[in-house]
Amino acid sequence: MTTLPQQSQEISYREAVREAIREAMVGDPRVFLMGEDVGRYGGCYAVTKGLLDEFGPERIRDTPLSESAFVGAGIGAALGGMRPIVEVMTVNFSLLALDQIVNNAATLRHMSGGQFEVPLVIRMATGAGRQLAAQHSHSLEGWYAHIPGIKVLAPATLEDARFMLAAALADPNPVLIFEHVMLYNMTGTLADAGPVDIRSAKVRRSGRDVTLIAYGGTLFKTLAAAEMLAKEGIEAEVIDLRVLRPLDTGTILASVRRTRRAVIVDEGWRSGSLSAEVSARIAEGAFWDLDAPVERVCSAEVPIPYPRHLEEAALPQPPGIAAAAKATLGR
Amino acid sequence: MTDVHAIKPHLSREHLLDLLREMVRIRRFEEKCAELYQQEKIRGFLHLYIGEEAVAVGAMRALEPGDAVVATYREHGHALARGVSMDAIMAEMYGKIEGCSRGRGGSMHLFDAATRFYGGNAIVGGGLPVAVGLGLAEKMQNRSGLAACFFGEGAVAEGEFHESLNLSELWKLPVLFLCENNLYAMGTRLERSESQPDIHVKAQSYNVPAEVVDGMDVVAVEAATRKAVAAIRSGSGPVLLECRTYRFRAHSMFDPQLYRDKAEVEEWRRRDPIDRLISWTRQSGALHDADLAAIEAAVVKEVDRSVEFSESGKWEKLETLTADVYAGEVPP
Repeated sequence: MTTLPQQSQEISYREAVREAIREAMVGDPRVFLMGEDVGRYGGCYAVTKGLLDEFGPERIRDTPLSESAFVGAGIGAALGGMRPIVEVMTVNFSLLALDQIVNNAATLRHMSGGQFEVPLVIRMATGAGRQLAAQHSHSLEGWYAHIPGIKVLAPATLEDARFMLAAALADPNPVLIFEHVMLYNMTGTLADAGPVDIRSAKVRRSGRDVTLIAYGGTLFKTLAAAEMLAKEGIEAEVIDLRVLRPLDTGTILASVRRTRRAVIVDEGWRSGSLSAEVSARIAEGAFWDLDAPVERVCSAEVPIPYPRHLEEAALPQPPGIAAAAKATLGR
Repeated sequence: MTDVHAIKPHLSREHLLDLLREMVRIRRFEEKCAELYQQEKIRGFLHLYIGEEAVAVGAMRALEPGDAVVATYREHGHALARGVSMDAIMAEMYGKIEGCSRGRGGSMHLFDAATRFYGGNAIVGGGLPVAVGLGLAEKMQNRSGLAACFFGEGAVAEGEFHESLNLSELWKLPVLFLCENNLYAMGTRLERSESQPDIHVKAQSYNVPAEVVDGMDVVAVEAATRKAVAAIRSGSGPVLLECRTYRFRAHSMFDPQLYRDKAEVEEWRRRDPIDRLISWTRQSGALHDADLAAIEAAVVKEVDRSVEFSESGKWEKLETLTADVYAGEVPP
């Protein structure tokens, strides 16, 4: 058995997720993990490495490549009194389980008149940046955020990677957690090693000139853009949405009312994206406070191409985010 | 040694009359539903089970209260046979809050926690993975229950059927797959959609023990289910029963039935599971005319009462439109 990394110790995002799973498994016998290659292989992104040895094959279950069956089985197990964590290797593969997520997990409570609940957590990797081309680079969390009945989380920081899972498992609703592939290798020390909520957005950097709204994989690109802006004397506030459904509209509007300018950064495609929803809420709730049209920085509307230069060009990047922020200031 | 009584249905007079009563309840309930649909009291889709009653009634008699049941959108019969009250089912058809799903589900989404009835799934094949998970929960919590999953032969063309059979056998889960093979997936006959129309053979290719059952014979269904249930409870993994049956009515209320001959329907009607049980029990002396009259009278009364109950039921208030989407208050 390995020991839990201490607060001051260096930890990676990957390890933070692993520790979250370990803690949940230790603390509640109803919790178990299932998914493709989570056991013997150690997880496609090595998140679950070592867990099979520690917890055994009954609780760390390798599944066949049957996304619909094992996501559905997670729903059934949750209905039957367990607290399953289902790992879908990537959001791309989750499309093979859409029926179970959208037609069952999201609806069973309502369709049954509140008699049944589905306390299920589904984790999956999302996003581009590893030159994995069109079928392995999706950011479809915004799609899922469209669906009433599920909650959608996007942990970007080490703290959220470490502590959102516990909150998700304690929640009686089905919760989807999207882990951006470019974050797994990120390391640092856990600043605040305690429980986190899965209700609110967080201001990750304060500023008075413009509000930059991001989540997941784009948070650190957005913080980098804020640094660039600071060098030019522009103080950007950066909001990490953290929770994509339900959206914390209050935090967004409070910031935008102060800065009077907003840029939304979303790795999803612009058309019909989560950024469109955030933009609409700003228009609905803070229209008269705005000094400039809302700007959006999204992925180019193209299946993500393989070559590095094209992939980079297709995704939101700090210079583009900074340029959009300056545009709201007329600069 | 296996307890013979656990496997063989008790063919006492009382038991046979019970099977008959349950099938008549479903038949008369659904005939009333069709009538109420014409009167526009019931709206949406209405899929009648008439002709297939022997499957739900026979199978359900072999289950225990602790077992979980998953059904399809043609599930009025399953809910009734499982013990969900007719009043609550009818009120659900009306969309009233007294309904078994508080009116939120309607005909295709009957749910009942008290009898572990997990619905009412209107996506063909979608219930199978859920049943696998319910079986997994039984096993992981060392409980003796199983998950019984009803589905039509149309579901066999879905990937979820194959994934679910494989996974449940691989993990030796207590799941009873009850295929109601009524020959038509809406209007598509089995031979027109399956390269291998023998469904039990498909199950066997996943090492799932499977058997063909005469789905028009309630006693045969009960006997086969008892045998399957005993095997599943012994821990040997899932079993599939292919119950060959036929729906006498249209797929739904919008179906002009252009895809099948009247002669075929008539031929199957001659094997009506209710008539068959009546004639068999009469011949054997178990059923007297007075018994049948008493059953019919009681069922008519029960159906009429369920209509009154539903008519006097209440509509959900608009203020609570978005209730039960999440646990607790979650702003959109």
